Amino acid sequence: MTITLSHYLVLAAALFVIGLVGVFIRRNAITILMCIELMLNAVNLTFIAFASHMNAVDGLIFVFFVITVAAAEVAVGLAIVIALFRNRDTVNLDELNLMRW
Amino acid sequence: MFTAFVFYLFAAVALAGALFVVLQRNPVYSALALILTLFAVSGLFFLLNTPFIGILQILVYAGAIMVLYLFVIMLLNLSREESILRAHRLQRVVGTLLGGLLLVVVAAVAIRQAGPGAPGSVPGAAPGTAEAVGRALFSDFLFPFEMASILLLAAIVGAIVMAKEDLR
Amino acid sequence: MPDPNWSQALRTVAPELTLTIVALIVLVLDLVAGRGRKGALAAIAVVGTLLALGWSVSLWGERLVAYGGMVVADNYSLFFNIAFLAITVLTILLSTSYLRREEADLSEYYVLLLFCTLGMMLMAKGLDLIVIFLGLEILSISNYVLAGFLRTRLQSNESALKYFLLGSFSSAFFLYGIALIYGTTGSTNLGRIAQALQANRDPGPLFQVGMALLLVGFAFKVASVPFHMWTPDAYEGAPTPITAYMSVGPKAAAFAAFLRVFSQPLAAMQGEWAVVLWVLAALTMTVGNVVAIAQPNIKRMLAYSSIAHAGYLLVPMVASGELGTSSLLFYVLAYAFTTLGAFAVVILLSRKGEAGYEIAGYAGLGYTHPVLALAMTLFMLSLGGIPPTAGFVAKFYIFSAAVKAGYIWLTVIGVLTSAVSLYYYLRIVVLMYMREPAEESSAATLTAGPLVTLAIAAFAVLLMGLFPGSIFTLAQSSVFGL
Repeated sequence: MTITLSHYLVLAAALFVIGLVGVFIRRNAITILMCIELMLNAVNLTFIAFASHMNAVDGLIFVFFVITVAAAEVAVGLAIVIALFRNRDTVNLDELNLMRW
Repeated sequence: MFTAFVFYLFAAVALAGALFVVLQRNPVYSALALILTLFAVSGLFFLLNTPFIGILQILVYAGAIMVLYLFVIMLLNLSREESILRAHRLQRVVGTLLGGLLLVVVAAVAIRQAGPGAPGSVPGAAPGTAEAVGRALFSDFLFPFEMASILLLAAIVGAIVMAKEDLR
Repeated sequence: MPDPNWSQALRTVAPELTLTIVALIVLVLDLVAGRGRKGALAAIAVVGTLLALGWSVSLWGERLVAYGGMVVADNYSLFFNIAFLAITVLTILLSTSYLRREEADLSEYYVLLLFCTLGMMLMAKGLDLIVIFLGLEILSISNYVLAGFLRTRLQSNESALKYFLLGSFSSAFFLYGIALIYGTTGSTNLGRIAQALQANRDPGPLFQVGMALLLVGFAFKVASVPFHMWTPDAYEGAPTPITAYMSVGPKAAAFAAFLRVFSQPLAAMQGEWAVVLWVLAALTMTVGNVVAIAQPNIKRMLAYSSIAHAGYLLVPMVASGELGTSSLLFYVLAYAFTTLGAFAVVILLSRKGEAGYEIAGYAGLGYTHPVLALAMTLFMLSLGGIPPTAGFVAKFYIFSAAVKAGYIWLTVIGVLTSAVSLYYYLRIVVLMYMREPAEESSAATLTAGPLVTLAIAAFAVLLMGLFPGSIFTLAQSSVFGL
């Protein structure tokens, strides 16, 4: 039994969806951010699976940039969380109801 | 056969870790589970003949990014139990349904289109070495590379602005 | 392997290089500039932006492709870039006095604003999804911080956090879409994707799923209904000049890339996607306008108004073709000037903190500040699409593009929702002229920067409303060839 491209794609889709559902059901900003990391990882897996399948390098380069972007986003995102936490003792989105939906 | 075994092992670990991230109340445990998933995905990268990205994944993601997460979680003392699932019920249901739908669609399509015969990796050829990635990065992808440097600079400036106590 | 034609490559991105260098200069000069001297840095930022604008103008009419087909300087991207740079200049003018008042007068603000603009410009210039994606991220990361720039204010923090989470969430969709497109066509270059599609008529359902995910990503970025959830909060909590900037600049940049991606490689499949875009446009126009009616806060009202206008911008995307593209370009410009002008009035009437943003506070403005009231009337008429303003002509163009392409019902929905929007735009005009001023009436602090923005915006709105011909000709010459 061989492992095919489809196996990787389905696995990546599953990871993406787990992250996606997490974003919807969780309320803690940091946990949501981690769920988004899961989604990005699923994307990376998809890229690598395709690149490896096509024996091409550009998919890998894309992953390289996705990792860079993820690092930058996390730095800024956590800084925002810290700034928020200084003013108000929570990162729970439900407790942020200054502004209505 | 060995490949299949390793794939299923890593896939199971990755999925289990991902589920833990989503369902765990304590953010510290979530972060640790995420690290597990990142390692498993990195293992899959090795399996796909792309060792460079696999190592990058461990060094940058698991090493740097996740440490930052843990640092902030502990700095803010968020380890106490979060009342999980307080999101609006409707939002939960809609999110889960949409997610499930997406999964079914992508999975069905991927299985149909990619077909069972397609090889998962091409043995022998190695586009994933550090040399191959480096060459491409500094020739064809020079411009995006420079853009990434600006992106990082913007992120540094931004993070300092947001997090520093007193900027004056 | 350096680009053999490096001088052309440098010329292609000369405006972006200029902007980067100026941003770095401002960043470094901050070390030597003392407290209270940040005004000089703002001036440098303005001069640098104008320089980049000059460069862009000088490239007009050429079509330079560089870096292996990743970046292009054609009229389409230059039209957008000139608009972005003008928006940036006007935003800086809006910002200086505001920042001083809010005690957030830091040079990093201008650096991030320039970086944000840089990201927008590269999004318009990108011919490869990787460039578009990185441009989008440069834009977004700077923008998150700008939204949260008033760090001691909870609303600003909340705005930044919500904008950030929503932005990274949508980036994930965007990327997943790119990954599937890459896998099914073998490239992320728009030209090569188009070739692959032509060679192979049916790229398969996996490609379609990729396009759908990319569409969702773009829909988030332009804040189209139903992907608009947190945008009003993000807009309301951000510093007011940034609210103005966000509701025109990044939105226009997203449209620049959106249109290029969805019409260049996908011209063959336009029909299938037109249906989806049709629904998004109709929903966005309707929901944006209807919800805006109930808003008591002018910032929030303008936020919903900007959502509604994203719907109008989707109309020419549905119509597509040459007329669709040129009318979209014209609409972007008209909307940008109108909104920036309206925000100039809002900033002049606001006070320190979150005070002075209630719509009720505009009562009697016609008597206390007749000039401001007159300008606000002009901008409200333009947003509502009433002649003789830019907004009217812009709506006329997009709807005629839709009618020509046979989308009669979409046009009907557009016209009806415009009529609805008149209710809340004209309510402000009525308040200003038909009501007595409130007790502690809004005493405007007239500062130079916002007044200059106001004057330029009013001039542009009238010019584009009365003599739209020349600008529309420019827009027509900016339609990219396939």
